[in-house]
Parts: sequence; C-alpha cells; structure tokens
Amino acid sequence: MGKTFSKPEALTDNHTHYCPGCTHGIVHRLVAEAIDELGIRENTVGIAPVGCAVLAYNYIDCDFQEAAHGRAPAMATGIKRVRPDLMVFTYQGDGDLASIGMGEIIHAANRGEKITVIFINNAIYGMTGGQMAPTTMPGQRATTAPAGRDAAQTGMPIRMANLMSEIVTPGYVTRQAVLKPQMVNKCKKAIKKAFEYQVANTCFSFVEVISTCPTNWGMTPIDSLKWAEETLLPYYELGDYKTPEEA
Amino acid sequence: MAKVLMKGNEAIGEAAIRAGCLNYFAYPITPQSEVAEYLSKRLPEVGGTFLQGESEVAVGYMIFGASGAGERVMTTSSSPGISLMSEALSYIAAAHCPAVFVNIVRGGPGLGGILPSQGDYFQATKGGGHGDYHLLVLAPDGVQEAVEMTMQAFTLAEKYRNPVMVMGDGMIGQMMEPVEFPDDLKTEPTNKDAWATNGMSTRKSKTPNLVKSLFLDSAELNRNNLDLKAKYEQMKKEDVQYELYNADGDYQILIASYGTMSRVCRTAIDMLKAEGIEAAMFRPKTLFPFPEKQVYDAAVKDSCKCVISIEMSMGQMVEDVQRCVMGKKPVEFYGECGGEIPSPEKIIEIVKELIG
Ligand SMILES: Cc1ncc(C[n+]2csc(CCOP(=O)(O)OP(=O)(O)O)c2C)c(N)n1
Ligand code: SF4
Ligand SMILES: [Mg+2]
Repeated sequence: MGKTFSKPEALTDNHTHYCPGCTHGIVHRLVAEAIDELGIRENTVGIAPVGCAVLAYNYIDCDFQEAAHGRAPAMATGIKRVRPDLMVFTYQGDGDLASIGMGEIIHAANRGEKITVIFINNAIYGMTGGQMAPTTMPGQRATTAPAGRDAAQTGMPIRMANLMSEIVTPGYVTRQAVLKPQMVNKCKKAIKKAFEYQVANTCFSFVEVISTCPTNWGMTPIDSLKWAEETLLPYYELGDYKTPEEA
Repeated sequence: MAKVLMKGNEAIGEAAIRAGCLNYFAYPITPQSEVAEYLSKRLPEVGGTFLQGESEVAVGYMIFGASGAGERVMTTSSSPGISLMSEALSYIAAAHCPAVFVNIVRGGPGLGGILPSQGDYFQATKGGGHGDYHLLVLAPDGVQEAVEMTMQAFTLAEKYRNPVMVMGDGMIGQMMEPVEFPDDLKTEPTNKDAWATNGMSTRKSKTPNLVKSLFLDSAELNRNNLDLKAKYEQMKKEDVQYELYNADGDYQILIASYGTMSRVCRTAIDMLKAEGIEAAMFRPKTLFPFPEKQVYDAAVKDSCKCVISIEMSMGQMVEDVQRCVMGKKPVEFYGECGGEIPSPEKIIEIVKELIG
C-alpha cells in the first residue's frame, strides 16, 4: 500500500515550540507543502517575523533571514530586488504586520514587490503575552485591555485584506482561515496560488489567515476554534479580495 | 587615470559602482540627496538595482536583506535618517552582515539644520542602535578620500562581515573637487556560501543558511557578543588609519581633528609655522577603531605642552582623545556647531592662548 500522508520535505523534524492547539503549526505545514509541490525549496528564502513565529526557521527547511519587528516586507524587498531569481516570503503576525510594520507592508504591496506574505491574524499579541493587537475585536479581553477592547478609545479592528485590496497596483490578496478541515484545504490552495504568482513573476501576493491563540485567549483549543468562527469570521470575511487578473 | 571634477555626493555614488556595488537603496534627505539622484541614473546604465524606499527605517532593512543574501549593497543618508537606520544597524552588526552606510552629517540634534556638522561622532562610534556593537567608521577629509574610503568600505565590510560607515559632512557632500578614481575593485564577496541566504541551489552544501540575531540561550548570546568583540579587536590591530601632520619636529601643541575640520586646522598649522610656532595635527581616518596608541604617542612627546581637539560639535571626539592620552598631557577642546566652522584665525588665537 502506498503512503497517503507524509511530512513535507520542507518541514524539519523538530518539534515546534507552539502551544497545544495553536494554528501556527498548521500554516507552517501548508507553506511547506506549497514549497514542496512547486519544487522551490532550494531557491526560497523565508523571512521570520518578531512574534511567536520568530523561530519559523527551525521548522521550515529553507534559507531564512530574521527581521526586526514589522520590517519583514522591507527585508524581503531587499532580497528580491537584488536576487529576483529567489522566491521570497514573509511570515508575520498581526502585531508585526498590522501595527509596527504597517508602513512596510503597504509600501511593499504598492510597489508590487514580487514576494509572498503569509499574515497570521490571531487577534492578539501572542509572543509577548496577550496584549491588544490592531486586530483585537471590540470587547475582546487583552492584557492591555483588561475590560475588553474599547473601540471608542482604540478604534475598530483593522481588516488588512480589505485595506490591501484598495491598493491600485495589481496583486493577489485573499483572506483564509484554518479553523476547520475544509478551510485548511482552501487555505492551502490560496497559499500555493500565492507562491505560484511569485514563481510566474506576476505580482505581490498576500494571504491573511484567521488563526487562534488558545493560550492568550484563555480558551481551550476547541473553544478557540469555535470562538474564532463565531466572533472573527463575521467581521473578517473570508475569500479573495483582489486578483491580478481583475486588474 | 585622469582627474575629474566632481561633487562629493556624486563621487561617492560613482565610487560605489567602481567598487562593484550595484545595489543601492535610500530615502532622500539634504545634504546628500544627490547620491540617490546620481545613482538613479547611473545604476540602470550598469544593470544595477536602485530603489527609493518609503523611509529610512525600511531602507535599513532593504540593506539588511540584500546584504544577508550575499550581495554588495550601500545606502547613503544624513543624520536624522541615520537615527532611523540605527535599529537596522544593530541587527546587521548582530547578524554579521557586510554593508556600507554613508552618513553625510548635518547639524543636530532634532531636525537641526542642513549645514555641515560633526555632531554624529558619538552615534557613529559608540552605538546609535542598541546592544554591544560597533561600526567600522571611516572619516574622509575631502572628495578624494570620500571616493577612496567608499571603495575601501566594501572590502572592510566583507573582511569583517560588519557594517562600515563612511562619515563625511555636508561640506564634503556638496563641494566639487578634482578626484582620481582608484582601480575598480575586482574582488567578489568571498565565502558567502557559508552564511548568506543566496539560495541552497547555488551552494554545494544543502543545509539552509540562516541570518539572525536572536539568541535566547544566554551562553549563545554571550558567544555572539564575544565573536563581535573579537572582530573589533582585530580591527584595532589591523585596520587603524590616521595621519600625523607637521609632527616630525618639536611641536608645542597637538591638534586633534578629523574630516572637514582637519582641513581648516591644516591651514592654521601652516599659518602658525610662518609665525614660527610649531603645532602638529593628529587626524584619525578611522574613528572606530580609534588610533589610540598613535594619539597617545603624539601627545606624550616632550615638546608637546597640550592637546586640543577641535570639532564641528560641542565636544565628542575629545572624549576619545582624553581617554587615550590618559592624563599625561592636558586635553582641551574647542568647537562650533550648526554649520559654523572654527576659522583658521580662531584656531590660531586659541593655540597662542594655550601655549602662552
Ligand atoms: C521594536 C520592538 N518592539 C516590541 C517588541 C516586542 N514584541 C515582540 S513580539 C510582539 C508582538 C507579536 O505579536 P504578533 O505579531 O501578533 O505575533 P504572534 O506572537 O501573535 O504570532 C511584540 C510587541 C520587539 N521585539 N521589538
Ligand atoms: S502564544 Fe498563542 S500564538 Fe503563540 S504559540 Fe501560543 S497559542 Fe500560538
Ligand atoms: Mg498575533
């Protein structure tokens, strides 16, 4: 009998440091599968963010650079501009990308850098212990919003995929989730497509992934998936926001 | 090769190309925007990469990325921009990557002004960003040296896998002088397969390369700091550069100065000589590594009564001079700021006062 499920070549054997039930690991696997299927591992450079995924290079088996907090798209720009033959992707959290790194992501997209951005929206600062993120939901508790996010003081959560879709330069912008097996399968397709656009040198590509952080949400992994589906998905609608074909 | 008349900023841009650096990222700021303007035209002609970034913060990481991928890369900026790049400088140094940063210093602090200054000495030599790191800092005194040092900066950056800063000032960037370009730098960055993210397919070894600065284990972070320290010690042994002027005979006073300021001091020294007063000059060409022993040796000479550091700042390099002279001779200071430059007459007046 043939093997039906195996570890992608682009994933190392290391055990991850992620908390039980955290979806970072799922997305790592999807990225690794896409890299394998496109056969680009030996030509790929990943950029690790500052956030829980800072050690992504321990798990995804290709060249990696580690950026400062929020600066991954600028670093990816530097690599891609001097080595357009390399496939360059960033993997960033919502604090990293939508707060401190807002300038870098918008401008990289607007220049149409031929890079791929995997954006993990877990509505919280995971690594530093559950502080409020720009993506935290109104009323959602965080260690810096103990009574829940007060939108009157801190504004409404930023919808990055929506915002990115307003950029006129052609690009691929999609929002996916990894809360259910069907969603994981769709997310995988989107991630692969995002890399394909880069391989074909077509455009900038951006995949927002609605994720969970059971630890800092103070929920079990199962409850986290449920909460994310009930609370995050109505506000962060899934689907393609922009494709280069429509431009 | 024949001399050409060039503006400092343009000459620096040309020097980078002649050093084989075909990658440049920058953000406009006076008084150095001409480098970007020049290279935006020149780099496409030679098949290079020019990109105007959205901020100096972003440019710092474009440089980090390109350098981490093993390519020769440069940026130029001026003081407020260098402050924004200082985060990246700390990361680049920590990750052992070679890159060239040119600072055409203007007056500060804050928005300051756009005229020449030497107010960034501390920032360049003592840190700027966080953590235990140093840049190798070259200080040209004119357009010719700016060209030579820009070219040399790439060799040094690659030798140490450390960022190198060429620190000029608005005067050097803006003035036109005849320059002679040295031979093109023909070497390629060596050994990059061992560390750069240049793509596994291009390398013999199929283990991924990792460019990083995070060491969560205290012993590992200590190790990285020791590795950095070892490089700085090697710089002190092998790459100190300086000039002594009028220092062969018996001088009564030693003037310490660098960059644009040293040219005024040179004039003052010549004028003093005509009056029968001997003053010598110590001019560091590397601000880090600082020529520690050389300034000490020059200061302790019997005939020398005192040392004075003359700067276009409120007193920065003077702290290094004091440290190195170790109290063996009095170390005085004179400086002006904001684009004001101490005149030869002023220097002569101060020297006469000091030597009585
Ligand atoms: C300049 C800077 N500011 C702040 C921090 C501290 N810090 C580290 S990770 C982080 C937030 C990470 O949250 P996110 O990007 O959402 O990633 P997650 O851990 O949730 O995946 C912060 C604020 C830092 N490392 N650098
Ligand atoms: S803190 Fe949250 S995001 Fe980080 S590993 Fe744990 S569950 Fe995942
Ligand atoms: Mg997060």
